[in-house]
Amino acid sequence: MMWLDRLLAVAAKEVRQLSRDRITMGLIVGIPTIQLLLFGYAINFDVRGVSAAVLDQSRTSLSRRLVGDLGATQVLGQIRQARTDRELRELMKGGEANIAIIVAPDLERRIADGNRAAVQIVVDGSQPALENVAAGLASMPLLRRAGAEPSARAVEIQVAYNPEKRTAVQIVPALCGVILTMTMVIFTASAIVRERERGNLELLITTPVSSAELMAGKLLPYVAIGLIQTTLIISLGYFLFGVPVEGRLLDLYLGALLFIAASLSLGLLISTIAKTQFQAMQMSIVTMLPSILMSGFMFPFEGMPKAAQWIAQVLPLTHFNEIIRGIVLRGAALSDMRTEVAKLVTFLVVMLVVSTLRFRKRLD
Amino acid sequence: MSIAITARDLARRFGAKWAVAGIDLDVPRAQIYGFLGPNGSGKSTTIRMLCGLLVPTRGTVTVLGHSVPRDSEILRRKLGYMTQRFSLWDDLTVHENLEFVSRVYGLDRATRRERIADRVRRYDLESISKQRAGTLSGGQRQRLALGAATLHEPELLLLDEPTSAVDPQSRRDFWENLFALVARGTTILVSTHYMDEAERCHRLAILDDGRIAAEGEPKRLARDIDATVIEIGDADFDAARRALAGVSEVRSIAQLGNRLRVLLPREVSDPVGLLRSALAAGNAGATVERVGASLEDVFVAATRLGAPAAPERAA
Repeated sequence: MMWLDRLLAVAAKEVRQLSRDRITMGLIVGIPTIQLLLFGYAINFDVRGVSAAVLDQSRTSLSRRLVGDLGATQVLGQIRQARTDRELRELMKGGEANIAIIVAPDLERRIADGNRAAVQIVVDGSQPALENVAAGLASMPLLRRAGAEPSARAVEIQVAYNPEKRTAVQIVPALCGVILTMTMVIFTASAIVRERERGNLELLITTPVSSAELMAGKLLPYVAIGLIQTTLIISLGYFLFGVPVEGRLLDLYLGALLFIAASLSLGLLISTIAKTQFQAMQMSIVTMLPSILMSGFMFPFEGMPKAAQWIAQVLPLTHFNEIIRGIVLRGAALSDMRTEVAKLVTFLVVMLVVSTLRFRKRLD
Repeated sequence: MSIAITARDLARRFGAKWAVAGIDLDVPRAQIYGFLGPNGSGKSTTIRMLCGLLVPTRGTVTVLGHSVPRDSEILRRKLGYMTQRFSLWDDLTVHENLEFVSRVYGLDRATRRERIADRVRRYDLESISKQRAGTLSGGQRQRLALGAATLHEPELLLLDEPTSAVDPQSRRDFWENLFALVARGTTILVSTHYMDEAERCHRLAILDDGRIAAEGEPKRLARDIDATVIEIGDADFDAARRALAGVSEVRSIAQLGNRLRVLLPREVSDPVGLLRSALAAGNAGATVERVGASLEDVFVAATRLGAPAAPERAA
């Protein structure tokens, strides 16, 4: 097993070098911890307590009940009453109200007619999340349908899998993929480019070590690091944010392993193109940003334009997000998500083939 | 005499530039063969083609009976290569570097231990074996690199400017080590731009602009130089230089301390008389004397005046 011994020799050397690089060692644990705390505590996609202003031009019992119902949703916080249109605009302009609700004077007649808006909602467009809030409010049956008696149940929105609508529950599994993308791609790309930059590669390729042994040996330690990071994120998510793992841990780790391999193969490809560690870093970031923005981590996938959805299909993170959300939140098994698994495998194989071809060329 | 390396019409192009423009080589076994040449003359490119790191654009190479680059993989075990730049791992210790290289060459545990112990002793690495390679001096790195390159006991060692960052004493020691290896049958090909190192080689090829400008044993090269060497002493050097500038036969003038060394083509029938009259005309009153050529003269004659520019073979 000469090849195995050479592969292990490369891996052992890599681990030894890593263990001497204190900053990198720190980053392995530091990146997931800091990101998780930052995202977990700071980012909140839930919108609650939005300040609002109401201009009730109708002043009937129906209009008062309508405003009261809006207040009961908890989406709106303090509701200020404006007497004139001008006063309403001032409240908006001064930032005291982010949403304005204007009730038409002939509210009852408009509701009866059913073809003219009875209530107008004005949104502060400088805050993107508020538009969703407005859409939510507008979809309340009360405001849309004529004559319907408003009831508390009619506005209730049912949310499955994350009944409390807590951001952490959505964020933690997805963050696992984002962090793995960040560390795996950058670490591998720069680990290989570093050897080229320092001239080690020129010596290595005159030895009997094959490019496959060299690549595998160098990547092996990073697979282990990826699994450690996965463990760290999932346990921090569980203990700090109470995010449970509904599915089997084995499925979770197999899925993570596949995604780690896919990310490493992307790092590998970058390493065959970049000449310096700086270039490798920049290329990693170029692939990372679309991953974070388009994989469904930040914005719902369905809301993106078709072209963006196509690009997102190429990104491994898109598929891993599906897989890990399925396992962690819905208790799905890996076998339930064969399409996503197949797409990740395809990505991995294509990257490996292209990198191997390119690496051979570089020996030239 | 058995031959270790044969190359015929070996050439390599990078973009539009021919780094090596078609050279023939015959390197005998168990000798030190030198490549002498300025930077950019094609030394490194040739060495890289010989060990299969670069594929030649044209030409054939046979190393230790194997065709290159076809059999490069087989040759990896028989060949040791020391890069121009230190290419071991700065963040590993001397011992760890040797251990890693020997594992990569597939040596078993017992052989590894024995060889590493031997190299550490032979190349005086005991006191620094636990030190990280990044903290070593130029000479220490050199010894470590040589130790690492010989762990698998290669039949052929290719050394690309091994002593460019090393002090004179370390260079002397390094060459002693090379001769010890040759005594045990290793063939060594070494590139350098130091004259004193070139003089120590058994055979030498002077490279210039991708071509071999002169080839042979250093002594013989100096004797067979295609130029006459004249030394001028006791002169007013400014006046002498002005006077010599008017002599069309003069190919090169170099000052060495209080002497001027002048190269003229061999065809000039009375070089001493010619220079004497030129200097007298210029009131530069001096002694003029014909001397034997040094390797540096050979180098200057070969690279600067050289043979009439060879016709471009590459298209």
